Amino acid sequence: MSTIRVTAGGDAALETRDVSVFYGSNEAIKTVSFEIPRNKVVALIGPSGCGKSTLLRVFNRMNDLVPTARVTGEVLFQGEDLYADHVDPVEVRRRIGMVFQKPNPFPKSIYDNVAFGPKINGTGGDIDAIVEQSLQQAALWDEVKDRLSASALELSGGQQQRLCIARALAVTPEILLMDEPASALDPIATAKIEELIHQLVADYTIVIVTHNMQQAARVSDYTAYLYLGELIEYDDTNTIFTAPTEKHTEDYVTGRFG
Amino acid sequence: MTGEAHAAVEFQLSTPPDLVRRRRMGRIFELACLVTAAAGVVVLAVLLVDVIVDGAGWLNRTFFTRPPSRIPTRAGILPALAGTIWLMSLVALISFPLGVAAAVYLEEYAEKGWLQTIIQTNIANLAGVPSIVYGILGLAVFVRWMGGLTGGRSVLSGALTISLLILPVLIIAAQEAIRAVPNSIRDASYGLGATKWQTVRHHVLPNALPGILTGTILALSRAIGETAPLIMIGALTFIAFTPEGPRDAFTVLPIQIFNWVSRPQDDFRHLAAAAIIVLLVLLLSMNALAIWLRNRYEKEW
Repeated sequence: MSTIRVTAGGDAALETRDVSVFYGSNEAIKTVSFEIPRNKVVALIGPSGCGKSTLLRVFNRMNDLVPTARVTGEVLFQGEDLYADHVDPVEVRRRIGMVFQKPNPFPKSIYDNVAFGPKINGTGGDIDAIVEQSLQQAALWDEVKDRLSASALELSGGQQQRLCIARALAVTPEILLMDEPASALDPIATAKIEELIHQLVADYTIVIVTHNMQQAARVSDYTAYLYLGELIEYDDTNTIFTAPTEKHTEDYVTGRFG
Repeated sequence: MTGEAHAAVEFQLSTPPDLVRRRRMGRIFELACLVTAAAGVVVLAVLLVDVIVDGAGWLNRTFFTRPPSRIPTRAGILPALAGTIWLMSLVALISFPLGVAAAVYLEEYAEKGWLQTIIQTNIANLAGVPSIVYGILGLAVFVRWMGGLTGGRSVLSGALTISLLILPVLIIAAQEAIRAVPNSIRDASYGLGATKWQTVRHHVLPNALPGILTGTILALSRAIGETAPLIMIGALTFIAFTPEGPRDAFTVLPIQIFNWVSRPQDDFRHLAAAAIIVLLVLLLSMNALAIWLRNRYEKEW
């Protein structure tokens, strides 16, 4: 499949070139090439097992933690291949943050959750200020400012997920990867997360995996449709949902299967 | 609806004879389970009552402050008690860091492969090796070969031997505690740009610690009653002084108890019972501490 390009003034935050991911001998992602424009929200959609989450984890080298996983091809981030020999995956993950499907706060205080990243990275500066700023960015500050030393596990699911977003923001990443961030949340908490995504895109590039097609339509600027590890179609979200080129894409977004 | 129809319905819902039989079987099984469950408790209760009746009267000041003597009324357990405390402290100091480090390596660092499998299988096998075999090893290695370092038949040699004995159990317990830390916590930490060491240090170990401590205490409470390997390496059965350092000769409570029960006079049997009470109190307090730790830090993810 040829490279599918969406260019926002040629300003790509990430670009994949013939990226394939293997789990053992099983090819989970098949030579995917596309660009993710800066300061946009890109949604990855597709039926279960299509490789959305695997592709997302390519971007911050989380697949390195799976012993059997192997990535081929290039992922360009600021002109550098993330998989080049000299690239340190730990540094990649600091620059490209991640929010997971299930809210996974550390069993520590709210403050310590957010402060952990800046502390281990030796960012220096005023940790208190970073914590406040991150919580504000994640629209959680007003709800927790009086109980920063309370356990993060006392928060509701939606609050926990926003805490995880604040925690990711505290290390000042350039890109934020979100793996179905609202799938474990109720509709109101989901709406808050989506609103937050709208606000964050001014400062960050966001890649979001979602099962929920309405959500992809609501939050994203561009949508990539994957099926069985292949990138079937990638275009601006409006086109994908109203006038997709591929029949397969149309069948999926109209709910004919998947 | 007619009366006849009502009667028919009632008949169908009343207990059929077959169900009565099935219920009875269930009840019998329940009772059988209760009996087996109670067996352990009854045995412990009988044991406790027996030793308390025999020995409680002998638990006085002399008993705790005097060395053993051939005159029963002047005999005490001071050297044995001090020896046990020395031994347990050294065992904890030696085995805890080794066990935790081994468990962290096996769970967090070791690549899944033949090396890891070999180590894992051997640890499981070592956990089943009879303790006397460890005694022979301790005698050969710590007492004879490294005698210059350990002081020969010393409390340090004993502690090293007992540490080897409980290490497999401790490693397996620590591994289970580490495995119980959910991967989502590791992912969150790595996702923030933490290194493996930072993840282990700040998240895996603190969250696994209550489980590790529980396992350690249970392993130690097994070690506190060990006799065979210590006799093997030559812990003395009659000793009138307390160890001053790790290189001193020593004895421990189980050996003292063994020594007393093997004497013909009745009074020594009572002394043994009193020493058993002390040993049991130590052991039960350690188990209580383990349970308290587990409840105190039990995590909800």
